[in-house]
Amino acid sequence: MKFSYYPGCTLRNKAKDLDAYARASAKALGFELEELSDWQCCGGVYPLGTDEIASKLSSVRALAQADEKGQSLVTLCSACHHVLKRVNDDMANVEDIRTRANNYMKLDKPYTGQTKVLHFLEVLRDEIGFDTLKEKVVNPLTGRKIGAYYGCLLLRPGKVMAFDDPENPQIIEDFIQALGAEPVVYPYRNECCGGYISLKEPDMAKNMCKTIEESAKGFGAEALITACPLCRYNLNKTQSDLPVYYFTELLAEALGVKEEALK
Amino acid sequence: MSEKKNQAKMVQEISGANPYKCMKCGKCSATCPSYDEMDIKPHQFVSYVQRGDIEALAQSKSLWKCLSCFACVERCPRDVEPGRIIDAARQIVVRQRGGNYLKAEEIPPLVDEDLPQQLLVSAYRRYKR
Repeated sequence: MKFSYYPGCTLRNKAKDLDAYARASAKALGFELEELSDWQCCGGVYPLGTDEIASKLSSVRALAQADEKGQSLVTLCSACHHVLKRVNDDMANVEDIRTRANNYMKLDKPYTGQTKVLHFLEVLRDEIGFDTLKEKVVNPLTGRKIGAYYGCLLLRPGKVMAFDDPENPQIIEDFIQALGAEPVVYPYRNECCGGYISLKEPDMAKNMCKTIEESAKGFGAEALITACPLCRYNLNKTQSDLPVYYFTELLAEALGVKEEALK
Repeated sequence: MSEKKNQAKMVQEISGANPYKCMKCGKCSATCPSYDEMDIKPHQFVSYVQRGDIEALAQSKSLWKCLSCFACVERCPRDVEPGRIIDAARQIVVRQRGGNYLKAEEIPPLVDEDLPQQLLVSAYRRYKR
């Protein structure tokens, strides 16, 4: 099984381990992430204005490149996933954007949103299956109490992201269970970490992250996992004693490929 | 068309949101993680557009407090999407008035060694033309 892969800017820099653990895990699970040869930064936030085209083109290029290869496009970073998925929805459903983007880019074959955008977690759930994942686990994380931190971007808006129930998701809890650990469900798991506000107003983000971490600890979590480098950065800024890992780190650990992943 | 009406129309066009669908239930403000920091609250955005008072929105601190978390968008029972309205007001400020909230020279002292690239890219997109 082979997928096109869009790592995004942060996974080439500050979140190299999010990427490395994912690649090693994919190999152990029998699928391959084939990095797009010529991807560009997604811009980090989805351009909400109905008249914005230029800021969506880098996503369209990635989506069209995956289409040329006839592959689904896999993402890891929550922000990249959010932007690519929503731009893809625009290309499929918003005639004005589709027409203008195609006119500008003059691709050999018009792009109309045909690429399937999958988050790595969706690959595990929908393509591999959590039951199969469970069978491949060699180091079950028995007894560890892990809280899923979903944040905003994977879930909302639910109608477009279609990742899981946006108010009561379970995909990461099912993932945690497949690794042999115990998922801890807590109320703030899908509330915002502050996102980009931490650049100019770090105290705002810190307060929000403290609420999230207190909520998780109150329900018994001993660690949190996330897919988003910015969520992780903001959560770490509280300097609480609750560790925050990328979900791929725990995956690689359970699959017994953690050491070799970082070589 | 008066300048006021023109600006209100522009916000509606850029946002794609229809403020007249709002039934004032207040769910957007109840769910907004930045509520305490905002001077004009999410449930009030629509009233400003209806009245054509875009100037007040453009001067508002709320432009820079929205986190694009889409909580208001997800939870609005009428699909009014207040997050899109405040974003359109912000766009008018950064596109037409040079109202950048982030300047390149401000950045170096704000950067620490763990700071993800994603944060700079996102902040630039939101705060600057």
